[in-house]
Amino acid sequence: MAGKNPFPLSRDELLKCYRTMGTIREFEERLHIDFGRGDIPGFVHLYAGEEASAAGIMSHLGDGDRIASTHRGHGHCISKGVNVVAMMKEIYGRTGGACNGKGGSMHIADVSKGMMGANGILGAGAPLACGAALAAKFRKKGEVAISFVGDGASNQGTFLESLNLAAVWNLPVLFVVENNGYAESTSRDYGTAVDSYVDRAAGFGLPGVTVDGTDFFAVYEAAGEMIKRAREGGGPALLECKMVRFYGHFEGDAQTYRGAGELDKIRADQDCMKKFRAQVTAAGVITADELKAIDREVLGVIENAVKEAKAAPLPTLADLTTDVYVTY
Amino acid sequence: MTRKMSMKDAINEALDQEMARDPSVICMGEDIVGGAGGAGERDAWGGVLGVTKGLYAKHGDRLMDAPLSESAYIGAAIGAAACGMRPVAELMFIDFMGVCFDQIYNQAAKFRYMFGGKAETPVVIRTMVGAGFRAAAQHSQMLTPLFTHIPGLKVVCPSTPYDAKGLLIRSIRDNDPVIFCEHKSLYDFEGEVPEASYAIPFGEANVVREGKHCSIVTYGLMVHRALEAAATLAKEDVEVEIVDLRTLSPLDMDTVLESVTKTGHLVCVDEASPRCSIAADISAQVAMQAFGALKAQIEMVTPPHTPVPFSPALEDLYIPSGAQVADAVRKTLKGGKH
Repeated sequence: MAGKNPFPLSRDELLKCYRTMGTIREFEERLHIDFGRGDIPGFVHLYAGEEASAAGIMSHLGDGDRIASTHRGHGHCISKGVNVVAMMKEIYGRTGGACNGKGGSMHIADVSKGMMGANGILGAGAPLACGAALAAKFRKKGEVAISFVGDGASNQGTFLESLNLAAVWNLPVLFVVENNGYAESTSRDYGTAVDSYVDRAAGFGLPGVTVDGTDFFAVYEAAGEMIKRAREGGGPALLECKMVRFYGHFEGDAQTYRGAGELDKIRADQDCMKKFRAQVTAAGVITADELKAIDREVLGVIENAVKEAKAAPLPTLADLTTDVYVTY
Repeated sequence: MTRKMSMKDAINEALDQEMARDPSVICMGEDIVGGAGGAGERDAWGGVLGVTKGLYAKHGDRLMDAPLSESAYIGAAIGAAACGMRPVAELMFIDFMGVCFDQIYNQAAKFRYMFGGKAETPVVIRTMVGAGFRAAAQHSQMLTPLFTHIPGLKVVCPSTPYDAKGLLIRSIRDNDPVIFCEHKSLYDFEGEVPEASYAIPFGEANVVREGKHCSIVTYGLMVHRALEAAATLAKEDVEVEIVDLRTLSPLDMDTVLESVTKTGHLVCVDEASPRCSIAADISAQVAMQAFGALKAQIEMVTPPHTPVPFSPALEDLYIPSGAQVADAVRKTLKGGKH
């Protein structure tokens, strides 16, 4: 089959993006199961359902572009090229993890990939992304920074101050509000007084756009324009991705705040991967069999990551006190 | 060549020399240039007390006036540091740390450890500390212990122009986050400062006066109160040894223990509030590590456990005086096992 490709990405790029989204989905589904079994310590916040945002935005970035992520950061990490085995080892608290077991799910980072860290403090990444953008501005290589926040953290002072700072200093930074409708257990509409993040951006002198965050192509195109503008010195912008969260705030959350049938409905109607599959197969650019082959491949990747994580040694007393300072 | 200069000018010279040496050094802060966007002088203030005055003319847009958003611009300095720059951010008063504390103690301080040793955050946060300006409870604190408590941060507090220049140059070249505390009452204090660039290592206390009867361990403005006490006590044939810690994290306990082992008496002087202070920390460590060397009880001289008062009459009572330090020395010398 060889339909004319109506998308702004090549066939290979489309397959790569599907593989990225599939890897995130399978990573998170597997964590859901393993956490339920008691295999994983601590807090885990899953990104399942939100994959199109991370994949659509990160498709435009290279290693020199920086992102500051959130507590719900696995999808951002995978899309930014952080090694999946190292991530799984980290979440299992093992030596050889992305942070040698010292960070865990909420602090996965890989500065060599421009991933400045997931963050346990809501909204804290926004000033850091401004700093990354400031460094990029001095380096003059056209690099950009992305600040991710949820709809909840969009009410933090750090985020609001950063919108102003980025505008005042004309920084090459894109603020992405991943609006999944819930600030932890509290609905977005209760905790945020304005309906539109575009209005909020305008209040700070920034252009803003709202897209359907479950539509990969909508995210891809809007982010592409804003990132291009930032690279060319046009300054900061805000992108709201309206999306859904397939799991609770954290694993173990019974989600009793959701309405009856809500989860089934969003899984049926607002699954970004289903939408992507439908779009690319309907256009005749990629076959269902090709996508299924990627699904199988991804299953193997995640299965292997879990096996390696479980086999990796636990850190020891010798690791407890290292890496506090560069020198002391 | 050395010249007599104020601590304010010594800090300015350190920034100037490091900015000239290393293009990755940038400065940001509220009014550090002053006058941005106005119709008047572009370099109007050079910092609220003029510490960075004149640097804009030499280094241009590498000095950035920040909006009054401490969380955003201190966080941006930290983010830029994690991305290869060497930012020196000025937080006008250490009292404002509460506004941006998360960026310092949850972000900058923890990156290296949380990320498994794979990140460096070479940021310096310059900030004014201390009482004596009639600036009241929210512009006068000595909050050094809040920062020494946090693993991952380094804390510096110089007492002389010479130390201020050498320690600031060292701070800028250091690859860890540094809280650089400048005592506002010492800005106009003058001393000999070499013109050439030099760096003073961290974790090396300075014995500013040698003596055999009692050790006084202190830092910052209180070094000068200890020197006043030493002059008084010398007339009573009491010779005190004064250890200026210079850096509070890392802390040079070796020099402290060596001094206490020699004198057998210890007075810790701290402008910070007494509970969980630098003085309390030093006292505890000496009691644990050199109990046998102590001939008498350890004495601490600190302000009372109150906010800093406004009224000059009260503020003068609040700040530890040379007379209080001398009394504490006399008290420990009278105390003891015998």
